[in-house]
Amino acid sequence: MPEWLIIGLLIVAKLGLIFMVLLTLAAYLVLAERKILGRMQLRPGPNRVGPFGLMQPLADVIKLLTKEDFIPARADKWLFILAPGLAAVTALLTFAVVPFGPPLTLFGHQVPLVVCDLNIGVLFFLGLSSLAVYGMTLGGWASNSKYSLMGAIRGLSQLISYELSMGLALVPVVMLARSFSLTDIVMAQADVPFALVNPLAFLIFLISAVAESKRIPFDLPEAENELVGGFHTEYSGMRFGLFFVGEYINLIILGSMLTVFFLGGWMGPFLPGVVWFSIKVLFVCFFFIWVRGTMPRLRYDQLMHFGWKILLPLSLLNVLLTGALLLWRQG
Amino acid sequence: MATWIFYILGAVAVVATAMAVTRRNPVHSVIYLVNSFFALAMIFYLLGAPLVAAWEVIIYAGAIMVLFLFIIMMLELSPGEEADRQGPGALQWLPVLLLGAALLTCTLLLLQLDPAAGQAVPNWYASPRDFGYVLFHEYALAVEIVSFQLLFAAVGAFYVGRAASREKQPGGQQ
Repeated sequence: MPEWLIIGLLIVAKLGLIFMVLLTLAAYLVLAERKILGRMQLRPGPNRVGPFGLMQPLADVIKLLTKEDFIPARADKWLFILAPGLAAVTALLTFAVVPFGPPLTLFGHQVPLVVCDLNIGVLFFLGLSSLAVYGMTLGGWASNSKYSLMGAIRGLSQLISYELSMGLALVPVVMLARSFSLTDIVMAQADVPFALVNPLAFLIFLISAVAESKRIPFDLPEAENELVGGFHTEYSGMRFGLFFVGEYINLIILGSMLTVFFLGGWMGPFLPGVVWFSIKVLFVCFFFIWVRGTMPRLRYDQLMHFGWKILLPLSLLNVLLTGALLLWRQG
Repeated sequence: MATWIFYILGAVAVVATAMAVTRRNPVHSVIYLVNSFFALAMIFYLLGAPLVAAWEVIIYAGAIMVLFLFIIMMLELSPGEEADRQGPGALQWLPVLLLGAALLTCTLLLLQLDPAAGQAVPNWYASPRDFGYVLFHEYALAVEIVSFQLLFAAVGAFYVGRAASREKQPGGQQ
């Protein structure tokens, strides 16, 4: 086989594998969430479809695909159609910069286990996560419904507020690793993960990540008992499914980002890198589900107060302290 | 090659901005303006400034336009009956589709350009490190002045907002 064909095939195989794993994982994360939440609330969770309910995601997909696709009257039709796709695509694209293992050698070629190791990877992640707001906002606005609009406005202000502290929590990481590339950031954690070097940044990023994922202590945009379903109230069938899948892919992305920035990425003893990476990501996802099972929802003003008056000054202070410490250590 | 891409991107930016100015529906305007920012970001990338390109997307497309959307939604500037009868659906989505396709084509063409091959990327290609160094060494004074200006603006906005809210509640503490 010619050289370029092998390289091309390797790239296509890598992309296909990543898409398959991500989508399957997102589907099974839904099942895992329902099972774990069920156990936490002393009920079995879904267990009728297949052994242990393992076919439940498939059944859900068939249900969503065969449901009536509904567009509300006087909705902005094209934006309404476009929005769920936007939400899912921005979530999927972010995975392009996530390094999920050390470089692998296949057929005499070095295959880096990352789609694209950008030298501004951190900014790529922040950029896409700020664009991810559009899917939710446009969907909520285009539905022409009060509940959707309220949900979208809430989600918008929440995501903007917590994105700031999330970005600022990454500044110490970039300072410590001296690079914007995610691969370099993982390499810099060969000895000690940054979660131990800078626990404050880790904590701020963790809280902001939960807020960014719009999950329970921060799930104001879709608070069921006030807003019906929030920004996706008017969505049905697979369009709703796309929002849903996007949210779970986003969960995996945030888990991988936490792993890459603070938990040492694929680094770990004995086991191969990919396995370590998966264990860490799944553990973070489990933590997110755990939080959802145990925390009550914040009130809206509490959410804003916490984000702007506590988290943001704290992350600014952390940037200053880390910079001062690094300078002092340099002598 | 790079020149052609530049002209296509420039045309996309101008057309998208023109569309943004002429739309009746404020949310559609925002979408066109975001398109225009994407084209601008790619022009920055073409000029050898990936960091500025990333900022263009993060700050302008990702934060400022989102704030615009927020204001539009808060004020409930919903399009009236008139805006609904703007014509057939194709007129609404075709322009943005064409602009998006042009941007995507430019992205693919940009991928074709080998960054190491010289011509496409000028020798003042700025890595994040170089950019930061120059920004905070040679232009440190300018950066400081601009950031103080922003601080004044923020403090001023805060003061104005506070004064207005105090007037509204006469029973409150003076």
